[in-house]
Amino acid sequence: MRRGRFSRVRALGLLRKEFLQIRRDPSSIVIALVMPVVLLFLNGYGISLDAKNVAFGVVDESRTVESAGFYQAFVSSPYFKPTLYLDTREAERALMRGDIDGYAVLRGDFSRRLSGTGPSPAIQVIVNGVDANNARIVGGYAQGAAVIWALGRLSERASLPAGLVSLESRYWFNPEIRSTDFIVPGLIALIMTLIGALLTALVVAREWERGTMEALMVSPASMWEILLSKLVANFVLGLGGLALAVSVGVFIFQVPFRGSLPVLVLISSVFLVVALGMGLLISTAARNQFVAAQASFIATYMPAMILSGLIFDIDSMPRWLQWLTHLIAARYYVSSLQTLFLAGTVWPILLPCLGALCGFAVLFLGAALLRTRRSLE
Amino acid sequence: MWRRILALILKEFRAIWKDPKSRYIVIVPPLIQAVLFAQAATFEVTQVSLGVWSEDRALAATELLSRFEGSPAFRLAGSYDNPREAAEAISAERVKAVLHIGQTFSADVHAGRPTAVQLLLDGRRSNTALIVQNYAAEIVARYDLERLRSTGLAGQVSMEMRAWFNPNYESKWFILPGLAALLTAIATLMITALSVARERELGTFEQLLVTPLRPLEIAVGKTVPALIIGFVEANAIAALAVWFYGVPFLGNILLFHLGIAVFVLSTIGVGLVISSIVKTQQQAILGVFMFNVPAIILSGFATPIANMPEWCQWVTLIDPIRYMLVLTRGVFLQDIPWPLALQQLWPMALIGVLTLSFSTWLFARKLQ
Repeated sequence: MRRGRFSRVRALGLLRKEFLQIRRDPSSIVIALVMPVVLLFLNGYGISLDAKNVAFGVVDESRTVESAGFYQAFVSSPYFKPTLYLDTREAERALMRGDIDGYAVLRGDFSRRLSGTGPSPAIQVIVNGVDANNARIVGGYAQGAAVIWALGRLSERASLPAGLVSLESRYWFNPEIRSTDFIVPGLIALIMTLIGALLTALVVAREWERGTMEALMVSPASMWEILLSKLVANFVLGLGGLALAVSVGVFIFQVPFRGSLPVLVLISSVFLVVALGMGLLISTAARNQFVAAQASFIATYMPAMILSGLIFDIDSMPRWLQWLTHLIAARYYVSSLQTLFLAGTVWPILLPCLGALCGFAVLFLGAALLRTRRSLE
Repeated sequence: MWRRILALILKEFRAIWKDPKSRYIVIVPPLIQAVLFAQAATFEVTQVSLGVWSEDRALAATELLSRFEGSPAFRLAGSYDNPREAAEAISAERVKAVLHIGQTFSADVHAGRPTAVQLLLDGRRSNTALIVQNYAAEIVARYDLERLRSTGLAGQVSMEMRAWFNPNYESKWFILPGLAALLTAIATLMITALSVARERELGTFEQLLVTPLRPLEIAVGKTVPALIIGFVEANAIAALAVWFYGVPFLGNILLFHLGIAVFVLSTIGVGLVISSIVKTQQQAILGVFMFNVPAIILSGFATPIANMPEWCQWVTLIDPIRYMLVLTRGVFLQDIPWPLALQQLWPMALIGVLTLSFSTWLFARKLQ
């Protein structure tokens, strides 16, 4: 009976039941329509990788024209908001307190050694390494400012034009290097991962917990029909959330959209099936809401944030971890969205992503179906 | 009274522990994550694939190129003869950047005319692009500096760079203490928010209320298990960090535990507020997510708070995770001085007191 043929009437009836359920319990609607907007807003502003106005100290023990010039180089750099200290201990305390991210020390004999008497001077730069990533960036900026200062001095004395050879950088797809432009498309992917998984994971886990899943199963409806109706109902909800998120990205964060809309809908639909399938699998494995909620968070959101290339560069991870990122579906969706928004419809990137996502969709749905079947016996 | 509370605590533990899946989900995934994420979360960019589009084969151009080749930051991944090929390579993500050297570069350098080389970067990953740009600018500036020096000018300056508390810029040292705070928060919040909501949904909360237990005893019974689980989780990750990854632990271990206690009380408070507002487990879970996800982003876990817009920085002040991150990282890496530790402890304590009393008030009001 349960393995009977697919019946349209039954499937439509089930679908209607799902929609009724969604209408009566607002939590699905909150997940699908409110969460994406709220999350996109907070995260869109909260994740910023542009270090500007870094609080930096310059300890000037030499107090000469040369050392003042060095301080000026930091004042005119767009990256720094420098503070002048006359004593190393003062700067040290400020660093301990977290008031400054680092400081440079110019010793008392700085100018004397610079003008050729004695060995050449050394500038000591201390950065706060507690946030290693930030320290690396601050250190790089400090080095840059110092090199520019040294170049300026040298070219002055040699009466050569400042910076004979310079580097002109151009950023494609994102000429003003607004980090929102690349963060927001990635965030949409991240948020849809969480929401897709939550939608099905929670709803189905509750049915298991309350025993209504068993009730459904003893009905003449086949497993396929039950899962399909849940999938379709939540798919519609999820697409609504996605449309909202994309609108917020384009209209409020002003991220350009250069790709084709039908392609966006296609790839997003496939990804949504993957996320929903992941949720179904989690819920059938978990059978209770606590486990399902924890699992969706841990299995979808956290890896999507850290291993998808959204914040951290995949190519710089250890090789084994790079391989592992191929198992994170969000990785392909992040890459597709960033390309679609900023570069356009670049098929050499989009096609492999689409293929991988289709593979994931089949895998998760198949696994969910198998698990549910087996769990009955 | 103590026996009653103890009985309630044991009951709460059984509620979590009796289901092997709940048991598993509280313990194993956090540890796996600690191992994986510690490896992934680095801003160090190495072996960036660089394309070259050089229209100049003379000495100065080759010399500059060999500097890029010799740098560990770059890996030459292709060379192109025209702008179209270069554009395609970036667009298809075969290379992250293309260095363009124009026809007259060597001649200009030779004649002492100012000249420039162009770097085309993939702005889709602006984070990586910015770091790559910095590396490239430094290589070019050094090249220029050494050329000027070779004209016989003295007065060179050397720069000594030192990172305090973390001399090798190990990202793991920064991520793992952070994860100890983060994963503890995720587990304790969910446990407290759900424990009350589950009883409500199943109708056992009323049963609990008609027992001789007083409201305060119920509150203690509900908080202690989460507190204990929080301690276990934080310690497990700290142990992993120290013994497996070799992260130094320079600070006071008592201060670390004091921090966990205050921090977990504040997350329990938030969890209880959520559970006193909601009616079902599902709503409780949603509440936890609505708190957790922004709280993690705004805590400074992955990106510094100083980079956020001004108003966002104000919002972070009510985020307990923010303070715990400064405290754990401080205890691990810099032997955080007491005044700085207190600066982190009192806001967390305040958040804890406010949320705990607010939730008690909400519960009391609902009972009448």
